[in-house]
Amino acid sequence: MTYTIEGRTGPWEIVVGLEVHAQVTSHAKLFSGAATAFGAEPNSQVSFVDAGFPGMLPVINHECVAQAVRTGLGLNAKVNLWSRFDRKNYFYADLPQGYQISQFAHPIIGEGVVEITLADGSAKNIGVTRLHLEQDAGKSLHDQHPQKSFIDLNRSGVALMEIVSEPDIRSPEEAGAYLTKLRQILRYLGTCDGNMDEGSMRADVNVSVRRAGEGYRTRCEVKNVNSIRFVMQSVEAEARRQIEVFETGGTVEQETRLFDTARGITRSMRSKEDAHDYRYFPDPDLPPLVIAQSWVDQLKAALPELPDVRRARYVAMGLSPYDAHVLTLERETAAYFEEVAAGRDAKIAANWVTGDLFAAINRTKTSIAAPPVPAAHLGALLDLLADKTLSGTLAKQVFEAMVEEGKSPGAIVEARGLRQVTDSGAIERIVAGVLDANTDKVAEYRSGKDKLFGFFVGQTMKAMQGKGNPALVNDAVKKLLG
Amino acid sequence: MSLDTATVRRIAALARIRLEAAEVERMQTELNDILGWIEQLQAVDTAGVEPMAGAGAVALRMREDVVTDGGVAPRVLANAPDREGEYFGVPKVVE
Repeated sequence: MTYTIEGRTGPWEIVVGLEVHAQVTSHAKLFSGAATAFGAEPNSQVSFVDAGFPGMLPVINHECVAQAVRTGLGLNAKVNLWSRFDRKNYFYADLPQGYQISQFAHPIIGEGVVEITLADGSAKNIGVTRLHLEQDAGKSLHDQHPQKSFIDLNRSGVALMEIVSEPDIRSPEEAGAYLTKLRQILRYLGTCDGNMDEGSMRADVNVSVRRAGEGYRTRCEVKNVNSIRFVMQSVEAEARRQIEVFETGGTVEQETRLFDTARGITRSMRSKEDAHDYRYFPDPDLPPLVIAQSWVDQLKAALPELPDVRRARYVAMGLSPYDAHVLTLERETAAYFEEVAAGRDAKIAANWVTGDLFAAINRTKTSIAAPPVPAAHLGALLDLLADKTLSGTLAKQVFEAMVEEGKSPGAIVEARGLRQVTDSGAIERIVAGVLDANTDKVAEYRSGKDKLFGFFVGQTMKAMQGKGNPALVNDAVKKLLG
Repeated sequence: MSLDTATVRRIAALARIRLEAAEVERMQTELNDILGWIEQLQAVDTAGVEPMAGAGAVALRMREDVVTDGGVAPRVLANAPDREGEYFGVPKVVE
């Protein structure tokens, strides 16, 4: 049942590990007081520390450390109370210090685990090797000038968490599921906004291939892949390239590659001779990062409910595993559902959110964060259903009007006179009228044509413009025919 | 342990420091002296001794997560050898 790619000489397994760079949600940068907001004017959010000016000293941001610890706890990982920063030395135009401050030998977070769920319903654990804090680099623009690149240092020094997985991933689907789950956990924790379009999450994808039963072969690293779909595609493209190399008698060289999204292939990125020779050493500007277990405990106690726990709770509330999964994918969806379900029937609330609301969101091209119907209004609609002011059919009509007009269900019911009729005397009078107008059908029914029952119910509802309480209409038809 | 001239040249290249041919030999001697000194230090038995990261503060001091800096693009760019609007200009670097 292992995923394989069929080569000309037989099947190949693939082995994948991901290094995910997640931008830490914080106001200020990792080691300076400059802002982190996306989309500011070039070089307007740069301190002299971020610009690598001589004599400037880094001072670590407390919240960035807290965010790393929260993330570690959310990944069921070991929190290291003693960690240290190292310098990773390389030269690039967007790295003014000439080194990146990172954690090489002593990361703040050690081994953890992420449980992924696959399309066939099976679950698998993907090991997390470590998580460490490091600085982001600046941004280069290459398309503004024929001979020059432009450098914006606003991103320089923003805190990143690098989350390294074990090589436990065995298919493109697992790679996608892992990244999806990781993003979901970070967004629940509020430690990274997971906005891949803005570069808040990027992945380096390590790929190798092998025959069944073999150990690991040489891997290649596909750098800076910026969407879940591209991660899945790059895994397959790189695996196919390596298979082709092996099957034509070559060997795979360890190197860094880029995923060409337009052509769907990977290509070599840098000359390998200097790659990975970063000459790490402890940053002499920074003493060790020492945190207290009591503080870690406080952070742990204040963690929000994580998606797996929430999903299990929804199933216990009576939702199907599928509904529980869909409702917990995004934190905003879960929050909306909970507001609708509070003090109401959870299953009915789930049906309306995953059915009518999701359809309305698709139709109006809105999102759960700015929904076409506020949760409070949908909740009020369910109350009108529960107290029988509205029948199911009427409720659907009212919901559509809510999407159209943005008003509360109460206001719409009043304005359109959509209140359900629950006066059994009034209903019986209408049923009697229907029976009088259809004496032939009444005779047929009484001679055994039971199916006509539905006809009388339908005619009554039609006469009442759909406002009759269905159960009472049924009762009345049964009574007057009987 | 001792460094050969090829390694000295490689270290210099990684650090983007240009060494003239005559300087390579002098640098090789100096670096080997330093390495020899480190070797002497390594002879000391440090089993059971906590590593010391520095002589100063024992642990990092931290800052609050508050924006206190930035908004000084003209000063950040003031010494740039090349400047394009509010950007640094550098020779084109494309992978």
